[in-house]
Amino acid sequence: MGIALVSLRPSWVNAMQAKQIAELLNEPACSHNTKSKSGCAKPKPGATAGGCSFDGAQIALLPIADVAHIVHGPIACAGSSWDNRGTRSSGPTLYKIGMTTDLTEQDVIMGRSEKRLFHAIKQAVDDYAPPAVFVYNTCVPALVGDDLDAVCKAAAERVGVPVVPVDCAGFYGTKNLGNRIAGESMFKYVIGTREPDPIPPDAQRPGIAVHDVNLIGEYNIAGEFWHVLPLFDELGLRILCTLSGDTRFQDVQTMHKARVNMVVCAKALLNVARKMESTYQVPFFEGSFYGVTDTSHAFREFARLIGDPSLTERVEKMIAREEARVNAALEPWRARLKGKRVLLYTGGVKSWSIVSALQDLGMDVVATGTNKSTEEDKARIQELMGDKTKMITDGSPKALIGIVKEYQADILIAGGRNMYTALKARIPFLDINQEREFPYEGYMGMVELARQLALTMESPVWQAVRQPAPWAKPTVPGVEVGV
Amino acid sequence: MAEIIKRSKALSVNPLKVSQPVGASLAFLGINRSIPMMHGSQGCTAFGKVFFVRHFREPVPLQTTAMDQVATVLSADDNVIQGLKTIAEKSRPALIGLPTTGLSETQGTDIRRLVKDFREQYPEFNDIPVVPVNTPDFTGCLESGYALAVKAVIEHLVPEGTRVAGKRKKQVNVLAGSLLTPGDLEHIKELIEAFGLRPLVLPDISDSLDGHLTELEFSPLTVGGTPVSEIPTLGESVATLVIGHSLYPAADLLKERSLVPDYRFDSLMGLAAVDAFVAALAEIAGKPVPEKIERQRNQLQDAMVDTHFMLGFARVAIAADPDLLYAMAELVAGMGCEVVAAVAPAKSPILEKLPTAQVKLGDLEDLEKTVREVGADLIISNSHAADTAQRLGLPLFRAGFPQYDLIGGYQRLWVGYKGTRQALFDLANLMVSQGHGEIEPYRSIYATRPEETRHAPSAPGHVH
Repeated sequence: MGIALVSLRPSWVNAMQAKQIAELLNEPACSHNTKSKSGCAKPKPGATAGGCSFDGAQIALLPIADVAHIVHGPIACAGSSWDNRGTRSSGPTLYKIGMTTDLTEQDVIMGRSEKRLFHAIKQAVDDYAPPAVFVYNTCVPALVGDDLDAVCKAAAERVGVPVVPVDCAGFYGTKNLGNRIAGESMFKYVIGTREPDPIPPDAQRPGIAVHDVNLIGEYNIAGEFWHVLPLFDELGLRILCTLSGDTRFQDVQTMHKARVNMVVCAKALLNVARKMESTYQVPFFEGSFYGVTDTSHAFREFARLIGDPSLTERVEKMIAREEARVNAALEPWRARLKGKRVLLYTGGVKSWSIVSALQDLGMDVVATGTNKSTEEDKARIQELMGDKTKMITDGSPKALIGIVKEYQADILIAGGRNMYTALKARIPFLDINQEREFPYEGYMGMVELARQLALTMESPVWQAVRQPAPWAKPTVPGVEVGV
Repeated sequence: MAEIIKRSKALSVNPLKVSQPVGASLAFLGINRSIPMMHGSQGCTAFGKVFFVRHFREPVPLQTTAMDQVATVLSADDNVIQGLKTIAEKSRPALIGLPTTGLSETQGTDIRRLVKDFREQYPEFNDIPVVPVNTPDFTGCLESGYALAVKAVIEHLVPEGTRVAGKRKKQVNVLAGSLLTPGDLEHIKELIEAFGLRPLVLPDISDSLDGHLTELEFSPLTVGGTPVSEIPTLGESVATLVIGHSLYPAADLLKERSLVPDYRFDSLMGLAAVDAFVAALAEIAGKPVPEKIERQRNQLQDAMVDTHFMLGFARVAIAADPDLLYAMAELVAGMGCEVVAAVAPAKSPILEKLPTAQVKLGDLEDLEKTVREVGADLIISNSHAADTAQRLGLPLFRAGFPQYDLIGGYQRLWVGYKGTRQALFDLANLMVSQGHGEIEPYRSIYATRPEETRHAPSAPGHVH
């Protein structure tokens, strides 16, 4: 394939095929797929919130810190989304540099977008010398028929580093699908292309056999995984890759050599875990580092699947120590948070892990969002919370505020996009999504979570802004919360 | 009720206090075509002048009785009389302020008698009011000196027992405390005017020290400020708005003399404080609150909920004169901050009302020590605290006197819904700039990433 890549084929030949999309939607490891053809829910025009496939794919991979991430499309895709993530790196910061082909009308009309992409890849490599380039496809080039795979292949030969196509045009589907497309690209192009380095001799400790593991879907939001990583080191668990918080390209390449995979962010990248299980015989489990209970459970799962008695012993010792420590630190907060009523609206995917964390704090989750949750997620939530809890399917601002009132919630916990909805209605709020600025994972993350919950719920501003002006008519806007 | 911890050390280190005569001079500088003359050695005035020039970035008229060693030992009475005569002759001011200093007070000057002597000797200057005020620097601070001067102006210029309160139906007095900046006063006047009322501000540094270029290339007197001719009409207004607890004694005197009803405000920062002020204006004017002001109120409310995430539980240390200290502490406490250190240079009844356990009477070293002990996220104080803040590794939010290193700091708007809103934004930004909530990156001991250092491996159980 040469540089002049103006495609003469009909556009549908190059864009992801309907069949491929259907395959990704049909995730066999999703237990809800036992039902007939359920797949992922279709969005409803005029009443849909949440991101597209491009959004999902970019979110899943952008934390790979040393890669040049190029968004191939006109400006809207990168323009409105770059520099918008809370993920942190302990080293390279190339992932924070926004890169897009910023296609113009002329590029689209004249069929110059492939050429521009090729040169864009070259420029990125010349200027930033990344170990790899990821190219994210978007709606316009997918529609006009850019041959992403071919351009990436040609460019890779020219620039001498891997160029990975991530074919994730927004119209393919939802954010959730985008996560899977991202996973698919990693599995297809990156995982298994390099062997792990030997363990550094100075990191070997007598009596501790080091086991290699992966996390899948751990994004290191606000650096929160740094609360947990030292514990892995202590136990002798080497994380080959987190896919993808604070990860490097070379880490992703070695993922196939892990003994166990932990799928952290619920279903998002389940396909990677499943394919690694079938191809490389790596067993996986689903878990979370939110909350004391779940964090301990995750470490026990590693020990169980690895089956090294000395590891099990270390895990139990560590858990006993950390739980005692965090319980002492949480004591004053628990008294302040106990019995407070929470409306949790995460869009579904992380609901159950957060529920467990809130219950650890003695809080009462009165309602939770499930519109993106699978049947299994819902069952898990029900198991945790019993039948009293309202399952929310309508996540519109109006509906959420209505539920806060109806269930007398003290706080709304949701993603950043709902923050100002809550604030306008004078309702305390906690941001739980990836744009947030505080680390909540692991044992010590719970203390930060408790602090932030108390901070907003105990803030004197609520009282002040619900107070009518001294000269005003008696009607007060806002919601009486927690009365 | 906050406990007041008195000064317990001999040495004041990194002083917070600014002297009473400087405060009194500031009040006189808010009166049009006036000049303060400090009765003391010439240094008292020279330092005060530099202090004001650096803060306001304006020429500042300030004179001195220039006591030398002979005058100090024998008598400085003639210095006062000669000084008054010289200024009166040379500049024909509308008013001369005459604050005393530590030197003249220790010597034992009778400043009021000296003004009488001057009148007897030079009756041709009887039309120039002279306002003497006892402001030794061994008591009080800038705020109290300022308050004493305002009280003295009322005492000397507002006639007694005229019973004409309310004669000027639209005129509202504003007794403006030293916590207010020229920017604050401008906004306060706008608020009053929005209700169809006419503000008469004493003293009005927003008209004299707001930093404006004039036709005059040089003036030995203040350019702008409260017109002296209007000061007697303070007794004819419909109401007096008193801003700042330190001015309550001055307000008492005005009320006693004029029977003009007054409304008193300890602070005009924060929703509740501004609400009270606006409600008072609506009551005085008998008019509804203008939509524009309602809008500003809604904007402040929005800013409050937006910034409470950054300001909630923030540990704030404040060092300022009592009125400003109180206003700032109330503002941040109302946002969910914790006032972890509060230092005032001198005592005042308002300090007991501070929303904190203890208030220290002391200096910036006391602030620094307390912060080192209890920890803080943010410091609010004047420019002198810049080094303190740097040593503590904390951001400094500049407020009060002096602000040498912040261009335009002298005219910042703090009060009203508008000023409060901006203060909240700025405080929140300072918190964000500290990267609050961030945790240190941790690199695995097993990591084999080229050109990146690993966490040093250690014994099991002691990795972090």
